[in-house]
Amino acid sequence: MIQPILTITDLEFSYEANQKNVLNAVSFEIQPGTITAILGPNGAGKTTLIHLLLGLRKPLSGSILLKNKPIGQYSRKELSQWIGLVPQSEYVPFEYSVLEYVLLGRAPYLNPLDLPGPFDVQIAREALIQVGIEHLEKRPIPELSGGELQLVLIARALAQKPKVLLLDEPTSHLDLSNRNITLQILNQLRLNGVTVLFTTHDPEASSLVANNLVLMRQGKVMHTGSLETTFTSQKLSETYGTRIDVIQVDGLPVVRSLEKLQ
Amino acid sequence: MPFDVLLNDELAQRLVFSLRLPRLLSALCLGMSLSAAGGVMQMLFRNPLVEPGFLGVTQGAGFGAALCIIFLGTSPLLIETSATLFAVLGLLFSYFIARRIRFGGWVLRLILAGIAVSAFFSAGLGILKYLADPTSQLPEITFWLLGGLWSVTWPDLFYILPVVVIGLVIIYLMRWRLNLLSLGDETATSLGVSVKRERTLLLGVSVAITAVVVSVAGIVGWIGLIIPHIARRLVGANSANFIPVSISIGGAFAILCDNIARTLSAGEIPLGIITSLLGAVIFLILMVSPGMRLQR
Repeated sequence: MIQPILTITDLEFSYEANQKNVLNAVSFEIQPGTITAILGPNGAGKTTLIHLLLGLRKPLSGSILLKNKPIGQYSRKELSQWIGLVPQSEYVPFEYSVLEYVLLGRAPYLNPLDLPGPFDVQIAREALIQVGIEHLEKRPIPELSGGELQLVLIARALAQKPKVLLLDEPTSHLDLSNRNITLQILNQLRLNGVTVLFTTHDPEASSLVANNLVLMRQGKVMHTGSLETTFTSQKLSETYGTRIDVIQVDGLPVVRSLEKLQ
Repeated sequence: MPFDVLLNDELAQRLVFSLRLPRLLSALCLGMSLSAAGGVMQMLFRNPLVEPGFLGVTQGAGFGAALCIIFLGTSPLLIETSATLFAVLGLLFSYFIARRIRFGGWVLRLILAGIAVSAFFSAGLGILKYLADPTSQLPEITFWLLGGLWSVTWPDLFYILPVVVIGLVIIYLMRWRLNLLSLGDETATSLGVSVKRERTLLLGVSVAITAVVVSVAGIVGWIGLIIPHIARRLVGANSANFIPVSISIGGAFAILCDNIARTLSAGEIPLGIITSLLGAVIFLILMVSPGMRLQR
C-alpha cells in the first residue's frame, strides 16, 4: 500500500467563534499521483478546505498531514515548495507582463532579498510552454481573456514546481473548449507525477479527469471513493439535494438533472 | 560658478555648505522617500490611487505642526518633532480603528480608517487655524502647510537622514518581493510569503520615511502619487524595475521643483505649489501620449 501524500482527519472549522461550523468532521486521504475532485454545491465548504490545506487558516480541531507530518511543522517556504495554488480568480491591479507574472511562482525558491535569475526565467518559460501559451509571454495581464488568464495562473503554479497542486474552481468560468484544455493539462500533470486536487461544483468536470471524488455538502463529506463507485445517481443526488441522473454516453458518465422547475 | 570662488570666498563657502547643500540633500531625501513610499503603498494596497500620507500621516503632521506653532513656538526642530509625533499618531489611530471595523478586507478597513482619521485631524487643524493669531501664527501655519525647504539646515537633515537611508535601503532590497504582496493574501501565502510580517515591515518603513520628510518639508503633495505612475509608464509594473526608477525620478523631481521654488520669483514660492503644478502637467502629458514606454 502506497503512503498517502495528504491525510485529513476530523477537520473542524468555523470563521467566528460560537458560529455554526463551516467544516464538520472532514476526513479523507489523497494518494500520490492521482487527481481528486472535491465536488459539491456552492457553500459546501470547498474553498475553506483549500485554505486550510494551504495553512492560510487554522482548523479548530483535526489534523492535516503532508507526508505524515502536520503541515504546521513545515515552514511557509517549505510548504510553498510542496503545495501550489491556482486561485479561483485573481484581481491584478497592475500591468504585469505574462512572463513577469509567472516568474512570481519562483518565490518559494528565493530568499526575501533575491531577484529571480536566468534559471528562474527558464523554468517560467517552460511552464508557459507546458500550458501552451509561450506566445503570450510579453502580453500585459489585463489584456488577457478569461481562458488565457486561467492558463497563466496554472503556469505560475507550475513554475512553483509543486508536488501537490490545488485548484479552486478551475473550470467554473471557462467555456467548454477552455475547460477541456484546462482538464487536459491536469491529466498531463498527473502523468508527470503531480498530485492534483481541485474543487468544482460541476460534476462533469470531475468525471472527465478525476480518479477519486470527495463529495461535500454543508461542510460534511458525504461520500469518498473512486470515480466508478462514487459518481452515481444516488450519491450525487444526495450531495446536491436535487435529483441527478448519471447516464452513459459513448462510455463516459454524464449527468442530467431532471428536477422539474416550478 | 567658478570653483576658485568656492575655494577662496568664505561667504560663498558658507552659502554653499551651510544653506544650499543641506537644502539640496533634503530635497533629494524628500523626493526619494515620497516616491518610494507611494510606490510601495500602491502595491501593498493594490490600488494605484493611494498616496503615502493617506493613513492619517499627512493630516496628522499638519495638525502637529500647527499645534506646536501656536502653543510651543516656531523653532524648526520643535515643529518637526511635533509633526512627526502626530504623523505617527495618525497612523496608529488609523491602524487601531481599522482593527475595530468589523467588515471588509484589511485594505478597505485601513482606507476607511485613514479617511476618518485624516478628516478628524484636518478638522482639528481648522480649529487651530481659527484660534491662531492672524498676524504672526496663521501665516506661519499656512506657509508650513504649503510645504517648503527654505528653512532647512544641517540639524534638520541629520534628523531625517537615518530613517530615510534605512527605509530606502529596505525598500530597495525588497523591491521584487513587493510584487508578491500585490497579489492578495491567498496567493502570496501560497507562494511562501509571510504576508503579515512582510507587509507590516514595508508599510511601517514607508510610513516612517513619509512622516520624517513631511515633518521637515511640510505637506508636499503629488510626488508620492504621480512619480510611481510615471515610473510604471516608463519601465512597466514589475516593482523590481519601477521602484528604483521611481526613487531616482522622485529625487530629481524634488530638486528641480525646489530650485524653481527658490529662484522663480524674488520671494520663495511654497514647494507644494510647484510640485502639484508641475506634477499634474507632466502626469497629464504622460497619460495622454501613446507609447510612452521604454520597455516591452
